[in-house]
Amino acid sequence: MPDGAQPVLDVRDLKTVFKVRGGEVHAVNNVSFNLKPGELLGVVGESGSGKSVTMMSLLGLLPTPPADVQNGTVTFDGQDLLSVDPETLRTVRGGKIGFVFQDPMTSLNPVYNVGMQIMEPLRKHMGMTKKEATVRAKELLELVGIPDAERRLKDYPHQFSGGMRQRVMIAIALACDPKVLIADEPTTALDVTIQAQILELMKDLQERLGMAVIWITHDLGVVAGIADRVLVMYGGQIVEQSPTRELFKNPQHPYTRALLKTVPRVSGGREARLAIIEGQPPILGAQPTACPFRDRCDVAFDRCSQENPPRYAVGAGHDAACFYDANTGAPRDA
Amino acid sequence: MLDAPKSDRKLVAVENLKMHFPIHTGLFRRHTGDVKAVDGVSFDIYEGETLGLVGESGCGKSTCGRAVLRLYDITDGSINIDGDEIGSTPQGQLRGKRPTMQMVFQDPQASLNPRMTVQAIIQEPLDEHTNLSKEEKRAKVLDLMDQVGLNRKFAGRYPHAFSGGQRQRIGIARALALNPKFIVCDEPIAALDVSIQAQVVNLLEDLQQEFGLTYLFISHDLSMVRHIATRVAVMYLGKIVELATREALYDAPLHPYTKALLSAVPEPDPDLHDTMDRTILTGDVPSPANPPKGCNFCTRCPAVMDICKQEDPEYREVLPGQFVACHHYNGITDAAEIIAASEAQ
Repeated sequence: MPDGAQPVLDVRDLKTVFKVRGGEVHAVNNVSFNLKPGELLGVVGESGSGKSVTMMSLLGLLPTPPADVQNGTVTFDGQDLLSVDPETLRTVRGGKIGFVFQDPMTSLNPVYNVGMQIMEPLRKHMGMTKKEATVRAKELLELVGIPDAERRLKDYPHQFSGGMRQRVMIAIALACDPKVLIADEPTTALDVTIQAQILELMKDLQERLGMAVIWITHDLGVVAGIADRVLVMYGGQIVEQSPTRELFKNPQHPYTRALLKTVPRVSGGREARLAIIEGQPPILGAQPTACPFRDRCDVAFDRCSQENPPRYAVGAGHDAACFYDANTGAPRDA
Repeated sequence: MLDAPKSDRKLVAVENLKMHFPIHTGLFRRHTGDVKAVDGVSFDIYEGETLGLVGESGCGKSTCGRAVLRLYDITDGSINIDGDEIGSTPQGQLRGKRPTMQMVFQDPQASLNPRMTVQAIIQEPLDEHTNLSKEEKRAKVLDLMDQVGLNRKFAGRYPHAFSGGQRQRIGIARALALNPKFIVCDEPIAALDVSIQAQVVNLLEDLQQEFGLTYLFISHDLSMVRHIATRVAVMYLGKIVELATREALYDAPLHPYTKALLSAVPEPDPDLHDTMDRTILTGDVPSPANPPKGCNFCTRCPAVMDICKQEDPEYREVLPGQFVACHHYNGITDAAEIIAASEAQ
């Protein structure tokens, strides 16, 4: 996609804190990124890295309290989603921005048939009549590759398999022709052969419908297959941003490099011993004042425990939040 | 895994193992059918090796692992562990055998009692099966904690105070307490983050080296199984469709399901995604309560033939050490012809 294109979604300095018993959890810390039209943006990170909370915050999907979005702007369609009234936000959610959750069983309502659930956004957001909505719902099920769509509209979620349920979720998210689709680990609960089907479907849909997609995952393999650009998150921050090919060829942040080494593969050379990342992910009890990865990092030095590194540009569309320059093998200038 | 000197001794021999769960329906709970979770599997595990058991969810791999340890009363078949036939031994008499065979469970949250301290959890098998004194037990527990990389200062803490990876280490220490020969690892890393998975896998490998353990490693993660296993068995709908050495299975798989499974794994390499020729299977796994006629895989197989819908293929050794259940290899014994038949699919 052209680099100069106006982003459809622009997130600046997002900060989300959870108030919990005995303290706070700083789940998302000054996260900034944008999403260009027609792009598939992969967001990778381990559990607790803040990837899901980031996306939930920008759509106001987190319960407040305990969550508190303390800072930031989210520009979509010329408005700041963090400051608009709940009524406007409701027209955006499920309308212009679709959301697919990880577990299709808990996010579909078991007491309504799937037809009703696909028609709900169509009638609420697009003002369709029941008849029009039924026709459109059938089209949507066909679009996501569910055979015998007309009959299946009357079926309930438990009558679908895991992969088929996730297809229904995607159909609901696509119902109102969203500009942006946010998919939160949509294939994590699925088997590999079913995951391959869903990935294929998403790639195809994205090309045909031309929407922008944010794909959250912990699986580097999935990202390698579908994303145009990748954000790597760690400890509530974006530690690296890069075009996909570049990220895998030339990873800059020590965390990304370590992560790529620790994942075994099914083809090519086989390591006699897996590389490991020592230690545990950080507990985000306070606003970080140092690099969150420093305790597990093999190139950390004094500065890493004194300041939190900003994101340094390291190439075209590629930046890394690290004081250490992987190319020169030396610390960056202060 | 560092390929340990493989012994020729079969530590575990499983023959035609079946585990059917009855379905009861209606007012009188009549027996109307069976979920054939494991339907006639046979395999051997040699001393000191790791046999990987892979398959999709619902294929019966976990049930198979539990049945081998006789956590169920099996429907049919024989299980020989370390020279003793335990397939039909009553549960009461199995107790004496339990110290040789242990299990590491998938979910470290659910498999540790939240009201017991780490000390008590790891000590429990010692309480049950040994006559050690209190001090000896305590010393043994602390030794075990060292071995699995847990700080011995934390012996008095409860499971909730530990992270997922550490909890899995507690589960491993408990399994090791009685110096077992054989451990079934049921998806031990599935609930862990990528960076923690490698730590636990390396630990399992170190322990295997140190104590000469034999593992049955159950997982849906094909790339991790390639790393840890010496030989790999692929299950589909209650049956083993292919069993081979790691190299043969990953480099030259014979069964169409193995091929499809391997090609579905997303590799962390964008170039590979562009060049590789993927086989995308259509549809879902049929229900094990109502498997299709003929080969279990015939409903999704990209290379299905007429005979596949009629007859169940025989599970046989087509190449030395490589077992396959597929009609494409019927009547062929020559290695070159086998490869040709595989490529023709």
